Amino acid sequence: MVFKDRDVISINDFSKDEILYVLKIAKNLEQNPKPLAKGKIMAPLFFEPSTRTRMSFIAAMERLEGEVDGFASSKITSVKKGETLWDTVKTVEKYTDLIVIRHPLEGAARLAAEASSKPVINAGDGANQHPTQTLLDLYTIWKTKGGLTNLKIGLLGDLKYGRTVHSLVTAMAHFNPKFTFISPEALKMPDSYLIMLDENKIQYTETEEILPAINDLDILYVTRIQKERFPDPIEYERYKGAYRITKNTLSSVKKDLKIMHPLPRVNEICKEVDNTGHAIYFEQAANGIPVREALIALVLGKIK
Amino acid sequence: MKELKVSAIKKGTVIDHIHSEEVFKVMDILKLEKHPEMTSIAINLGSKKMGKKAIIKIENKFLTKKEVDKIAIFCPTASLNIIKNYKVAEKTKVRLPETFENVIKCPNPNCITNHEEVDTQFRVIKKTPVLMKCHYCERIIDKDHFELVS
Repeated sequence: MVFKDRDVISINDFSKDEILYVLKIAKNLEQNPKPLAKGKIMAPLFFEPSTRTRMSFIAAMERLEGEVDGFASSKITSVKKGETLWDTVKTVEKYTDLIVIRHPLEGAARLAAEASSKPVINAGDGANQHPTQTLLDLYTIWKTKGGLTNLKIGLLGDLKYGRTVHSLVTAMAHFNPKFTFISPEALKMPDSYLIMLDENKIQYTETEEILPAINDLDILYVTRIQKERFPDPIEYERYKGAYRITKNTLSSVKKDLKIMHPLPRVNEICKEVDNTGHAIYFEQAANGIPVREALIALVLGKIK
Repeated sequence: MKELKVSAIKKGTVIDHIHSEEVFKVMDILKLEKHPEMTSIAINLGSKKMGKKAIIKIENKFLTKKEVDKIAIFCPTASLNIIKNYKVAEKTKVRLPETFENVIKCPNPNCITNHEEVDTQFRVIKKTPVLMKCHYCERIIDKDHFELVS
């Protein structure tokens, strides 16, 4: 397993053992912070705004005592003057030890990695991949459940376009899960993922109803249903209400059910759920820091 | 002696075992309208294996690897006969390579390859029916969405 100088572009590039290794390093760094990036510079190149991912990467680098120098919007850079992504990356790599890129176009991170001799971490490329989000989701499940194997996982909301649910399903397929997909018919999990699950003999069920589907779950992963996905606004209003998690929805769930959400939430989880003991979405967001610390330290070759 | 429905060629390539509806695609791939020598096309010929098939005979043309790869994407059943002095000198079936560089376009409008000057790269993830995955945007596409790089 070699991580030094490696690019982190897609969760599909990670084996089961590599995923578990990153989680183990994240836990070590969370418990024993170390100045592993001292003297190193990270360039966050954010071609579209993303407050929390950017802040989380910067916090991770600063906790490792590294430095940060990048940009938060393509409006203030030479990109606005028409510079290509390739040229921007070719220039920036000379000033930095590590590039973190977020870009609205899919495949941009892969291209940036090809342009750069320094490691590149993908912080989201359009609707394609956001591997550090997936790894922090896995870390959250791993920490809260004491492992990743044989869990009953429900995914709720926009399963058709949701980048986070696709990557999570792909990554969890290594760990013999049992999935319950809860979504409106129009936003079902795409066939390509169902075929992948069938090929890997992973069990799943699909339903439009939250209850009783969530009652035997270990993890419920909720995502936002976006209005623009529906051609008919009346249909959107119907699902928006039907898929709202309240204290009442949780009356028959398992005691140790944990509810996750990649955030930001709009109204799909009622605030009253926050202090039920089921909610772990804010811890989940916080877990982004040790996971990103682990990846930074690994690709910089500071941990082998 | 076997009766030839399309006249024989002295030297060149005969593309056999293609479906009749694939003929225009092959013509497009090989730019046959610009080929200065004779090309004969026969469609709806009887075939034991395929029911109906088409044949293209191209005088004085030998295909490049890239041309063969392109034909393999769109006409996976095709076979190629290299003709020298009216005789079949070599007979091969087309085979899908594992990867393609700059052969087909990514149909995803949000793929970086449609915005920056970069060669497309696709990996074949399933041979029948053909499914390919874009190296950049990771989108999986089927035959209905294959479009040649111009």
